[in-house]
Amino acid sequence: MTAVGLPGVTARRSSLDLVLRARELGIVLALALLVAVTAISNPRFLSGQSIRDILLGTAILAVLAVGQAVVVITRNIDLSVGSVLGLSAFTVGTLLRDNPGLPVVFALLIGATVGAICGSVNGVLVRYGNVPALVVTLGTLYVVRGITYFWAGGQQINADELPAGFLEFGNATLLGIPYLVLIALLVLVVTGIVLRNYRVGRELYAMGSSPQAAKLAGIAVGRRAIGAFLVSGALAGLAGVLFAARFGTIDAAAGTGYELNVVAAVVVGGVAVFGGSGTVWGAALGALLLTTIGSALAVLEINQFWQQAIVGGLILLAIGADRLVAARVAARLKKRGSHVS
Amino acid sequence: MPTQTPVLCVREVSKSFGAVAAVREVSFDLYGGEAHALVGENGAGKSTIVKMLAGVHRPDDGTIELDGTPVELTTPADAKAAGIAVIYQEPALFPDLTVAENIAMGHQPLGRFNTIDRAAMTRRAEQLFARLGVSIEPNRPARGLSIADQQLVEIAKALSADARVVVMDEPTAALTGVEVERLFAVARSLRDDGAALVFISHRFEEITALCERVTIMRDGRHVSTDLVAEVTVDEMVRRMVGRELGALFPKQDVTPGVVVLSVEGLSRDPVFADISFEVRAGEIVALAGLVGSGRSEVVQSIFGVDPRDGGSVKVSGRTLKPGSPRAAMAAGVALVPEDRRQQGLVMDLSIERNVTLPRSRALSRLGFLTGGSERRSAREWTARLRTKYGRLGDEVGTLSGGNQQKVVLAKWLSMAPKLLIVDEPTRGIDVGTKAEVHRLMSSLAAEGVAVLMVSSELPEVLGMADRVLVMREGRLVAELDRAKATEESVMFAAMGQEVSV
Repeated sequence: MTAVGLPGVTARRSSLDLVLRARELGIVLALALLVAVTAISNPRFLSGQSIRDILLGTAILAVLAVGQAVVVITRNIDLSVGSVLGLSAFTVGTLLRDNPGLPVVFALLIGATVGAICGSVNGVLVRYGNVPALVVTLGTLYVVRGITYFWAGGQQINADELPAGFLEFGNATLLGIPYLVLIALLVLVVTGIVLRNYRVGRELYAMGSSPQAAKLAGIAVGRRAIGAFLVSGALAGLAGVLFAARFGTIDAAAGTGYELNVVAAVVVGGVAVFGGSGTVWGAALGALLLTTIGSALAVLEINQFWQQAIVGGLILLAIGADRLVAARVAARLKKRGSHVS
Repeated sequence: MPTQTPVLCVREVSKSFGAVAAVREVSFDLYGGEAHALVGENGAGKSTIVKMLAGVHRPDDGTIELDGTPVELTTPADAKAAGIAVIYQEPALFPDLTVAENIAMGHQPLGRFNTIDRAAMTRRAEQLFARLGVSIEPNRPARGLSIADQQLVEIAKALSADARVVVMDEPTAALTGVEVERLFAVARSLRDDGAALVFISHRFEEITALCERVTIMRDGRHVSTDLVAEVTVDEMVRRMVGRELGALFPKQDVTPGVVVLSVEGLSRDPVFADISFEVRAGEIVALAGLVGSGRSEVVQSIFGVDPRDGGSVKVSGRTLKPGSPRAAMAAGVALVPEDRRQQGLVMDLSIERNVTLPRSRALSRLGFLTGGSERRSAREWTARLRTKYGRLGDEVGTLSGGNQQKVVLAKWLSMAPKLLIVDEPTRGIDVGTKAEVHRLMSSLAAEGVAVLMVSSELPEVLGMADRVLVMREGRLVAELDRAKATEESVMFAAMGQEVSV
């Protein structure tokens, strides 16, 4: 009944933290193991070109995964990101083909804006339509893809139609790090800091953790949800520009099926599908792991059909690990919960 | 010392939900440094008042004044800004966030670049807990805290928001004796620091121990506000229940027959323990008590929806297999659950499907359900219950609450049960339908069905039941026969007070 300084709190806390962090640690270990095994069997895996490919692929997936994590943390989901990526890539590609002088910064901004518009449509539908995000974004997935197909009408934008400066941006590096990776890192760090250290970020966690309590705590739940979808959409739009810069060839099918990779990266990265916990760092690590698996299987000359089975297995493993850790943590928290003797 | 002028005045507020007036022209004042009890039966409108103060519901009429100026509490954020903190019976914390974050949510201390200063946040939580005299680790997640600790976190939240009005809605319902003591110590120190406390409880000993003033509500109306010292417990109970019994409840006199249900030593930790009673054919036995006293859990355990730890249930001399609604149904037991939308009906299916659902096997031929037999049976039963509907093929969800309840009854009555268990049979349905449901229960009893009824409505209990069993905190505390059962005696037993009238 007396308030004391609670000696030993820090020690107990750090061990608990370790359990909670185990998730990110697990991904890093899996990644290290995968890289080691693949490199031993085929040293080409560690060549500059191979690593560059993995990093570029990760950059695009990670930008999407960061946006998705923001949405999933609020106990929602955004399935439309692949289609938004496609629309943004096609919009920017068309603009650049017609105006070769357009600076890259503008291209990035335009892509993000296209995505932000799609994202706010998702957010508004979820907020005011009172429909689960799963259904809303499944709908917009097809609508946005349909719009892109209708607009493209079968045409394709080829690399030789795009300005050299833009393609250059897709390959150029700064201090040996590709611009695409730098952009992804910037997105990751900024989002990570906002989620961890700003009130807005904590409110997103709060509403995912308990929507009921969030309302009672006076959090503007609807506005925050729209905001989360807007961020996810904008990042998907940005990823579309990165996609265009990396591949150079854009048709209406760009990014088809990406949404499932993104959700997989987020789940493997330890963001709880019921909201309230997980970090964008984990989501980005998940993206890196999935991309590396794809490359490693190619290098190991394993039939790429196995890749899907392996990704599926990883998701199940991730969810199983979450359950296990959650159960153990809950038991421990219960045990040290009561201080009334 | 209580302040001279009220901190918060509730002036003539009213609130209706649809046709039901939950609160009608209620007024009372709250003074700083004073604990104010709000008491009334289930459904008297206490929770609605709490939700209006919390900014969850808006009064249809009337005003809430803070320091003499009217305030609009449209959202929970408004209430928070006005310095009103509400602690619910089930605390509303964020399980994934730390205790310190839960306390600081919305007004976290900020450091450089407006980032959250975590160290300051933790320190603040530590200081608050020190002030409350409790030791909860600020950096642990809220998940896994006991209800008592969660309430303390809620109180710390109220303190950190400098709340001047703290509303506690039945905070002690889920607490043990020691935890209640500690909560009271905290509440007293809050009060002594000048906060106005609103305390809702069904336990009079807590009210007399903590509060200076008591407001009594009945049927959504304000009955009285007095100093606790100037009003006896007997008087409070009388004011809470003082209602006239209409001739609404036409229970026919029946001589009880053989024992149909016999329950012995039924226990389920920690919800209820050692429940024993019998129900005879032709008898209506009511299970009364406050919400949360374990009534519904007992009947669900008898029916087998909920598991049980010990004891036996016999129907017509045969022991029922625990945890098996199927066995209970086979033995002739029917349960009309409390929440008909969730447990009693399949809202998307047609009326006839719902009525015939438990008997779909008996009505089918060679494993196929034929529309004809289903329809015939459904028509017969809905007619007996005078159900109003458009077509039998309509979805049940389109019916009014009262008619839905009739469909639930039809569904179970068509099985010709020996024992009918009804949980809150008339909740949320209008007076006319209520009377029909009562008439029906009475005529069923006259036909020799044993009826076990859970009800929070005292007039219904007193009017319908041949015997009243009263539960309090998971135990059977009284058995009153029709002659002895009065509103006062049942309420006294339900609240754990001696009858001293």
